[in-house]
Amino acid sequence: MSLGFGGAGRLPAAFMTTGSSSFTEFISAHSPELLPSRRALPVGGTVEAPHGTTIVALTYEGGVVMAGDRRATMGNLIANRDMDKVFAADEYSAVGIAGTAGLAIEVVKLFQVELEHYEKIEGTLLSVEGKANRLASMIRANLAMAMQGLSVVPMFAGFDLDAMAGRIFSYDVTGGCYEEHDHHSVGSGSLFARGAMKKLWRPGLDSATATRVAVEALYDAADDDSATGGPDLGRRIWPTLAVVEAGGLRFLDDDALAAVVELIVADRRGNPGGAR
Amino acid sequence: MTMPFYVSPEQLMKDRADFARKGIARGRSVVVLGYDRGIAFVADNPSRALHKVSEIYDRIAFAAVGKYNEFENLRVAGVRYADLRGYSYDRRDVTARGLANAYAQTLGAVFTQESKPYEVEIVVAEVGENADEDQIYRLMYDGSVADEQGFIAMGGTGEHITAGLKERWRPSMNLGDALALAVELLGQDPSGGPSRTLTVAQLEFAVLDRERPRRTFRRLAGPLLEALLSSENPTKDVPADDDAAPGRHDTLTGEASPSGEAAGVDPSEPDPS
Repeated sequence: MSLGFGGAGRLPAAFMTTGSSSFTEFISAHSPELLPSRRALPVGGTVEAPHGTTIVALTYEGGVVMAGDRRATMGNLIANRDMDKVFAADEYSAVGIAGTAGLAIEVVKLFQVELEHYEKIEGTLLSVEGKANRLASMIRANLAMAMQGLSVVPMFAGFDLDAMAGRIFSYDVTGGCYEEHDHHSVGSGSLFARGAMKKLWRPGLDSATATRVAVEALYDAADDDSATGGPDLGRRIWPTLAVVEAGGLRFLDDDALAAVVELIVADRRGNPGGAR
Repeated sequence: MTMPFYVSPEQLMKDRADFARKGIARGRSVVVLGYDRGIAFVADNPSRALHKVSEIYDRIAFAAVGKYNEFENLRVAGVRYADLRGYSYDRRDVTARGLANAYAQTLGAVFTQESKPYEVEIVVAEVGENADEDQIYRLMYDGSVADEQGFIAMGGTGEHITAGLKERWRPSMNLGDALALAVELLGQDPSGGPSRTLTVAQLEFAVLDRERPRRTFRRLAGPLLEALLSSENPTKDVPADDDAAPGRHDTLTGEASPSGEAAGVDPSEPDPS
């Protein structure tokens, strides 16, 4: 790895180049082997790697909520019970990942540095669309890996400081970036989560209700999708839930989540489908 | 026809050093000084957009005097160095010492190899868990490094300010007193003339606040800064919470939050202005 600085010891030319405020551009010039998408893969072989599953996001009056279950699967096995799949990208946005967990986490890590790097060099925040497009270009660069079965499908939720509203962006494996309205879900349990949100979401939700809807959608996803982790009361493992609003991003703490999950589990006793 | 003259290496280095020193001495000064809960930066800089003090990483900041284009180039290189380190290892593995070394090598190489040395002097400061672990490195135009204890002043009136700091700076000063001392010394005329009264608008203020999690660098402005500099106001440190207003939270202004209460300024106290 080229963290040393050559013979003379001075910072190499890539460090002193002017003009770019993108960390990805900088490392593709200086040490491309650090980019998640630059790895050469053997042709034809497939590997079994842990997969992350369901992420949901929905807007509410004054922001956006993103939640993910904690399970990672490898084939028919549970690879990890308490993996976090929703991350803070910066102070005003969250990114959730489905797909090959190892690659996805690396993409998120690069994305977080990319946003902070821009902020420090330019002295200002990127727009929500700007952030969503940066993430799209990282997914696009990963297409070769996706074609070998190592796909990464993120979802991006940010607070738009101009419109003062939460916004959701979804992606496909080719890096296509689509703005979603009201709510969206990705991952293996997304069909069921989306169905649940269609019935539960309505305009002008408050943040507490939005939180409950997100957790309930994950509950429905886990009900029908074996790769999505349901509420684990025994181990006290709760979904990861990020709220992005005008004051910034915050993760709901375990106590608050426990209360929401326990209420939903109690309500569903004798009413497993949540009919109302 | 021109004759190739022989110039002795001593003369060549001396000429370059004189050239760089002259450039730096023309610039306005910057003061970096430790206080009980962190490291404070005060720069004589009327611009709100072209900064002399900036964030490099979680606990590391950068201050410079001299030619803007040259130190801006070094600042960007420093941010790239720090982000690359943090990305390939871990956030905790980014240190001011490593960065100061990289800068020293770069400045040294530019001084001897390029047609003109950089006319800059920079400070790399890292705030530690306690005041003993604070690190402040001063880097000269020729790549020489000094590990300073407690405070540094550089730029036009740097020597005069250093003399003042030696006399009056104390390790556990609070932020308000440290800023007031820096502002007073920046306004003094080294040749003994009348002191300038520097207003907040002519200066740039920032801190590395030891008590903050993760990114510790914050600029200071607005009512909070007025309160810190005022000797009557009891506000002597930055508030633990960032401004409530939506947007980038790199500046602490103490302006009224949406809930109506001014952060960091005791509402029962009379307005210092």
